[in-house]
Amino acid sequence: MALSREQIAQRVAQELQDGYYVNLGIGIPTLVANYVPENMEVMLQSENGLLGMGQFPTEEEIDADLINAGKQTVTMVKGASIFDSAESFAMVRGGHVDLTVLGAFEVDVNGNIASYMIPGKLIKGMGGAMDLVAGADNIIVTMTHASKHGVSKLLSNCTLPLTGKGCIKKVLTDLAFIEIKDGKFHLLERAPGISVEEIKKLTEGELIVTGDIPEMVF
Amino acid sequence: MAGFDKVVSSYEEAMAGLKDNMTVIAGGFGLCGIPENLINEIKRKGTKGLTLVSNNCGVDDFGLGILLPDRQIKKIIASYVGENAEFERQMMAGELDVELTPQGTLAEKMRAGGAGIPAFFTATGYGTPVAEGKEDRQFNGRNYILEEAIIGDFAIVKAWKADRYGNLVFRKTARNFNPMAATAGKITVVEVEEIVEPGALDPDQIHTAGIYVDRLIQGTFEKRIEQRTTRPSTSQGDK
Repeated sequence: MALSREQIAQRVAQELQDGYYVNLGIGIPTLVANYVPENMEVMLQSENGLLGMGQFPTEEEIDADLINAGKQTVTMVKGASIFDSAESFAMVRGGHVDLTVLGAFEVDVNGNIASYMIPGKLIKGMGGAMDLVAGADNIIVTMTHASKHGVSKLLSNCTLPLTGKGCIKKVLTDLAFIEIKDGKFHLLERAPGISVEEIKKLTEGELIVTGDIPEMVF
Repeated sequence: MAGFDKVVSSYEEAMAGLKDNMTVIAGGFGLCGIPENLINEIKRKGTKGLTLVSNNCGVDDFGLGILLPDRQIKKIIASYVGENAEFERQMMAGELDVELTPQGTLAEKMRAGGAGIPAFFTATGYGTPVAEGKEDRQFNGRNYILEEAIIGDFAIVKAWKADRYGNLVFRKTARNFNPMAATAGKITVVEVEEIVEPGALDPDQIHTAGIYVDRLIQGTFEKRIEQRTTRPSTSQGDK
């Protein structure tokens, strides 16, 4: 079975480490916050100027001056800090964020990522995504492996305008956990019940399969 | 008004001198921390042909979005836009020039503008459409593109508190782009929720020094929320 959105988030959460500062993009990445293991401290960075983002507020706690990068009302955890946008992106570009999780339309074997623009459709902008992929060393891209029509999103060359060049090393899809190195995709793990053949069929870029590929464990 | 006292008595006075085709830098992220009354004043004045520099462009009936129906904006430099129908219409019709700029680069362009740095190299956007027409260069084996600073004829800023000398304190994530915007205006206009006497703010706690501020006004704010997300209150039981 292909992973659900929640399972993708759950698998990403296994990559968290105690004491990590983490930036989570909009969509599936946001769900990762729900699966932080107990006894582990993780501080969430929101690029509009908050380190230590907490859960949504109650009706009584709502504060128009406290939102996240998705413009949703949020709260702060104990030990949070506030800063301006230039400082926020100094953290990002300066490589101070330990893990960045974000979505994409396409990735390719050279670590290129396309995530912000589909020509001919309305272009809303890249927000902070270009800074995040340029600045972070440890990035996990979460996405569906292929379109509804079975068209692969893991390509030999991205077809859409790029968000970043040569910056992606790890991709978690609903079918597989993949590492990108030396201009190839390397299959690390399979979603439970998904065969290597199925993954190969839906991966347009070159996919290296070495030995037995374990199933993901939840 | 005398000495370092920056307080003006009306919004008309606050935005005096704003003319057609000027560049205006605005603080705010989404609808959070936007100078809403100063934007209203620009609408009232009917100034046209403006180049706006702001992370976003408001919504249809609030924030910078209210300047769209009368075609007051010629160009917008922003990282994320299109959260209103009129914006989309004008952009698709080619009536509005949109220069998409990565969020961190936008913040740094304002910071550099205010700090007297004409341009800077950043890895952000290298190899993407953002890099088109820009100089690039390698440092320590990595590729960077040259981005130029931005200075506004006006900067419009929202802060929480100020003293009469224009020393500013921001509140929570309403800070966002406001401190950089404040430094990058030839004329910087700030609106706040409360003005206190000089000396009432702890100098150690001031976020933006009054040297950057030209005009200051106290306003009342709607503070509209774009995405009202909540969790049930614990007193109501379930999670």
